[in-house]
Amino acid sequence: MFRPYNLSFGLVFLIFSSLLNAGSGFAAEVTSQQLADKQILHRGNGSEPQSLDPHKSEGVPSSNIQRDLYEGLITESPSGELLPGVAKSWTVSPDGLRYVFELRAEAKWSNGDPVTAMDFVYSWRRIVNPKTGSYYAQTLAPILNVEAIIQGKKPVTALGVRAIKDHQLEVVLKGPTPYFPGLLTHSSTYPVHQQSVERYGDKFARVGNLIGNGPFVLTEWAVQSHILLTRNPLYWDNANTRLEQVYFYPIDNQASELKRYRAGELHIAESLPLSQIPWLRKNLAEDLRISPYLGIYYFGYNLIRAPFKDNKKLRQALSMVIDREILTEKILKTGETPAYSWVPPNVANYEIQEYEWKAWTMQKRIEKAKALFKQAGYGKDTPLTVEIRYNTSENHKKVAIVVASMWKKTLGVKTKLYNEEWKVFLANRKAKKVTEIFRAGWIADYNDAYSFAELMHSQLLAKSALQADPEKRKQLLQQAERILLEDYPVIPIYYYMSKHLVKPYVGGYEDNVMDHHHSKHLYIMAH
Amino acid sequence: MVTYFFRRLLGAIPTIFLIILISFFLIRLAPGGPFDFDRTLAPEIQANLNAQYHLDKPIYVQFGYYFADILHGDFGPSFQYKNYTVTELIAQGFPVSLQIGLSAMLLALLIGVAAGMFAAYKQNSRLDHLVMTLSMTGISIPNFVVAPLLILIFAIGFSLLPAGGWNNGAMQNQILPIITLALPLIAYIARISRSSMIEVLRMPYIRTAYSKGLPSFYILTRHALKPTLLPVISYLGPAIAGLITGSVVVEQIYGIPGLGRYFIQGALNRDYTLVMGVVVFYGILIIALNLLVDLLYGWLDPQIRLQGRTHVR
Repeated sequence: MFRPYNLSFGLVFLIFSSLLNAGSGFAAEVTSQQLADKQILHRGNGSEPQSLDPHKSEGVPSSNIQRDLYEGLITESPSGELLPGVAKSWTVSPDGLRYVFELRAEAKWSNGDPVTAMDFVYSWRRIVNPKTGSYYAQTLAPILNVEAIIQGKKPVTALGVRAIKDHQLEVVLKGPTPYFPGLLTHSSTYPVHQQSVERYGDKFARVGNLIGNGPFVLTEWAVQSHILLTRNPLYWDNANTRLEQVYFYPIDNQASELKRYRAGELHIAESLPLSQIPWLRKNLAEDLRISPYLGIYYFGYNLIRAPFKDNKKLRQALSMVIDREILTEKILKTGETPAYSWVPPNVANYEIQEYEWKAWTMQKRIEKAKALFKQAGYGKDTPLTVEIRYNTSENHKKVAIVVASMWKKTLGVKTKLYNEEWKVFLANRKAKKVTEIFRAGWIADYNDAYSFAELMHSQLLAKSALQADPEKRKQLLQQAERILLEDYPVIPIYYYMSKHLVKPYVGGYEDNVMDHHHSKHLYIMAH
Repeated sequence: MVTYFFRRLLGAIPTIFLIILISFFLIRLAPGGPFDFDRTLAPEIQANLNAQYHLDKPIYVQFGYYFADILHGDFGPSFQYKNYTVTELIAQGFPVSLQIGLSAMLLALLIGVAAGMFAAYKQNSRLDHLVMTLSMTGISIPNFVVAPLLILIFAIGFSLLPAGGWNNGAMQNQILPIITLALPLIAYIARISRSSMIEVLRMPYIRTAYSKGLPSFYILTRHALKPTLLPVISYLGPAIAGLITGSVVVEQIYGIPGLGRYFIQGALNRDYTLVMGVVVFYGILIIALNLLVDLLYGWLDPQIRLQGRTHVR
């Protein structure tokens, strides 16, 4: 199923050949006796999805459903490895700049139309078109001319994407981007059906209008109640789909979601009330899935205002005295792991870069921090008073209180805590006028260190973007992160974990760092 | 009566205009906007989004656009739920809220009035004390405590009813939410009808009825019921409004796709059009309900006659 395509120009090499064996058919190993008669899955799904238009939505609830309704060029296995999707194979030029994707002839839209290279050209032009107003227009930034198109300096036709033939798509990048195939699993890169979009506008993603190319089709959408998907018989790999129907429920109240899970109404609970985790460990240990997730929880400093502007020693001192082990293991007790870096562990082709003082004893860290604190101009007679702002949440409050008490105990810092409603918090954080220290989180869009580029050294990043050699590129990115860490613009607190409840008889479910769980891999076992 | 009706209707117009005006500016005064996210958008995209929703224009121009749309019965597109217009969201959510709300009200009226009347009839008896104690309990326990308790008992404990969800309005999904909503109402109505009944039972015409030798049941239902209901009716207007708007918590806990949730979610997401739509819609609804209650009052109480200019209140 994975054939190299011989291009007319120069040498071509193939990557991701290890995927060869993966292919589809995970569920195939399960015999029909082991399957339950009723293959209907009930999934909790956080809040009501913004939209089922992959180009006009933001947030996890939307993309969870879109993964079932659409399929990109590349898709994922239950454990998150890349698998051929609409593209059955692809080749990369030696300089890493030109990708040619060979599309499956059997890939169809849910109305029977073939999925062609033109569909991708249309869809990707749509997402980068500033008129579309897509929140994820920048996802495709590695492709040639994306930035100029977003800024309105070039027409959308300048996008480095071209249909060579009906089932052959050429993509030209602006620099070698090793994570590009991984990026293509992101829901914003999914194709949309041109005719429906042109005919129905914003209403194309509704029941009756939505034409997708994924393993499921949209059957019911009762806003704030449920979304029902039914198996798509025209999907190219339909033979390996086990579920007949999938229900997604928007449940933004975590306590309610847990109750519905316990009452047997849900097979998968999307989020859990943190306060209940100790109880769940005791009573639903088999169902509880806590696993690493590519995200970091941190405190940021306002670097354009006193006291943190041009005061690296102070920033370092405050970071060093936080005992992250006590915070995560003794106080939060919700499974998070202490963070001493900006890029979390488990990122592909990357070695974790941590502060050397992670290995020091707390006492040694505090001594060093006290010295830095003094050098920064603070002490008993000149105490420091700071503010921590966070968006209203029990968990954020807990973290802020613990950090404040550690600062007080070790450095005598007086901390004022301010909780703000989410949008107020975002506005203040952006304005940088009143904020001093703020709570923040960063979640990767794709499994590569570049997804954490936000705060990293821009020159090194630019260099790494031009580097085709994966080893050299890795070194450059690691160096960029080390520079970031040494400058102490943030206080890493802990790495996020994904937390779900999954009934033990739901098969095909595997924890993965992106926390993507396609319904097409899932099935219900007899129980 | 008809003149009165139209006078009230005319009087409602400035009220509704004020509701629109105040809520329009209030929601925009709140810091943060609909397109403030954790991630930063490219400035060009932000600008385009703002332009699509007229957010780039001065605020009075925005109000002009909005007001013109409303006059056409169009609440505009939702900022958050991009595949739906606000009108569509209200049209989907309101029937659900209404169904739950009215069922709870009906249940509360039946049980509340009956309990209150019996308590009054047997004033200071054990039954009376029991009803009053129960109703005090009903009033004081908030519904965010009652709802999880009911779920724990009936859904998780006995597996009799679903723990949540709407399931296209299936009966079993409605039972717990209706009970949760009805409990405090039953309590209020029982207390109101009890004190009202006690007063009515002291009226000379009731004594006359007794002296004629009429049976108690007949007197209670034929002579005492209607005047007893008067204070209950006047409580109904605000109660129904409160029921539909105040069902936010109940809708959230049971996962019911009603209108109440949009109040909170709309405000949290700075979904200007959705918040406005819901506020204006409720404003109109409450005004209509109050009018209805006043008309009902006039029909029930012969002492009150609603006339054009000289209605006595």
